[in-house]
Amino acid sequence: MRIGSVAVLVKRFVGALRDLAPIILVIAFFQIVVIRQPFPDLAGVALGLICVVLGLALFIQGLELGLFPMGEAIAHAFARKGSAVALLAFAFCLGFGTTVAEPALVAVGGEAAEVAAEACAIAASEEARESYAFRLRMVVAFSVGVAILLGVLRILKGWPLHHLIIGGYALVTLMTLLAPDEIIGVAYDSGGVTTSTITVPLVTALGVGLASSIKGRDPMLDGFGLIAFASLTPMIFVLAYGILL
Amino acid sequence: MEFVILLLKTAGSTLFDVAPIVIILFLFQAVVLRRRVPHLGRIALGFVFVLLGLTLFLVGLEEALFPIGETMAVQLTAAALEQASAAVAHWDDYLMVYAFAAAIGFATTVAEPSLIAVSIKAEEVSGGSIAANGLRVSVALGVAFGVALGCLRIVTGTPMPWYIIAAYAVVILQTFRSGRNIIPLAYDSGGVTTSTVTVPVLAALGLGLAASVPGRNPLIDGFGLIAFASVFPIMSVLAYAMAVSAIARLRGPKTDQGP
Repeated sequence: MRIGSVAVLVKRFVGALRDLAPIILVIAFFQIVVIRQPFPDLAGVALGLICVVLGLALFIQGLELGLFPMGEAIAHAFARKGSAVALLAFAFCLGFGTTVAEPALVAVGGEAAEVAAEACAIAASEEARESYAFRLRMVVAFSVGVAILLGVLRILKGWPLHHLIIGGYALVTLMTLLAPDEIIGVAYDSGGVTTSTITVPLVTALGVGLASSIKGRDPMLDGFGLIAFASLTPMIFVLAYGILL
Repeated sequence: MEFVILLLKTAGSTLFDVAPIVIILFLFQAVVLRRRVPHLGRIALGFVFVLLGLTLFLVGLEEALFPIGETMAVQLTAAALEQASAAVAHWDDYLMVYAFAAAIGFATTVAEPSLIAVSIKAEEVSGGSIAANGLRVSVALGVAFGVALGCLRIVTGTPMPWYIIAAYAVVILQTFRSGRNIIPLAYDSGGVTTSTVTVPVLAALGLGLAASVPGRNPLIDGFGLIAFASVFPIMSVLAYAMAVSAIARLRGPKTDQGP
């Protein structure tokens, strides 16, 4: 099979259309049966849907061509080089670098600053809010760097994932009891926004690649789990930030 | 014209997103690894596809899906409010909202690109014993249930930590009952569900609902749907794995006997 050939692309478009069918059905159903109002701007919607289908198909194709092979190539190269320090430094940089500019995180940071100002945790000035949002973003980006670093270390050492994750969530529970109310919702949500569409495939391929090139590691058992860390540590760090502030 | 501007703006911000990744990859490649990447041309083409695809995808969402999703969330919560007896919110005045939340949670998760990526990898690594589509549907069912429950929480105004802590207790219980192989994948599915497609729609739904239910503060009660959408998929994926192995056990002896 030649990747990039027309037949493969056509297959991707059909797949993308199938992936989007549920959304179209749900919106059509609620619009027609429940809300019973004329469909607004049908032409714009149709154009948008064509873009979504095209985009999803191209993205999946790019995933197989670029992101997956790149993640695996890097993993194999690090395994061959055998320097754990370099690998861990790379892991931290990847986590920190991909999170710090994440638009979803910028949005959550701004919202969180507003909540904090409302709760009188910080001064109501523009300046105080901006520095609060900035520090929050740094905290989350740092925590994702730590997450990928820890996750890679786990793959190297072969620690069982569930001990670490369950321990982490026990810590989150404990910290929830201590943290101020207004930070809790933000902390819980920050775990969800840190994993972007480009980071996830790259990190997954990195984990699976590492686990399959290190002797004694199983790709299924050790390769997955990096994203789980990336969703857990922001909660711990943001809660700690709320408690210490 | 407006469309072209939106397209260019989105392309710019996608490029800005990818830039740190490319810089880090390039730096470590050049300074630490000092090794040529195999098939560099093909990988570069793949990155171009990813950029182009993500741009079109985001523009399409912005143009088509998000406006409708947000309008519908507002219309549904407003309709529920009319039926409600104004002063206090009764949880059963909002049945249509829960139904919509579950349906849209399911549908957006199925279309989530990062989940598609992880499920492709999972099918590849497991040698097909975990089906990509089976995984995606079970994650989507988890999100659907979680989001509906999250809306119920907003309407009733009960504290979120109780729900989340109880949900994690169930996950821990399931972890000790399931096969070791599925656990990392299940934990990962919690993180990938909440991405490009799902987050904006859920945020609009949560804020709209908290604004329309009497006695709720959108700033405090509007958050948290995303947390619900990350816990319940872990539960549903572990349940999916249990179901798959139970079915395999039931079928096992029969296939041994031959035709």
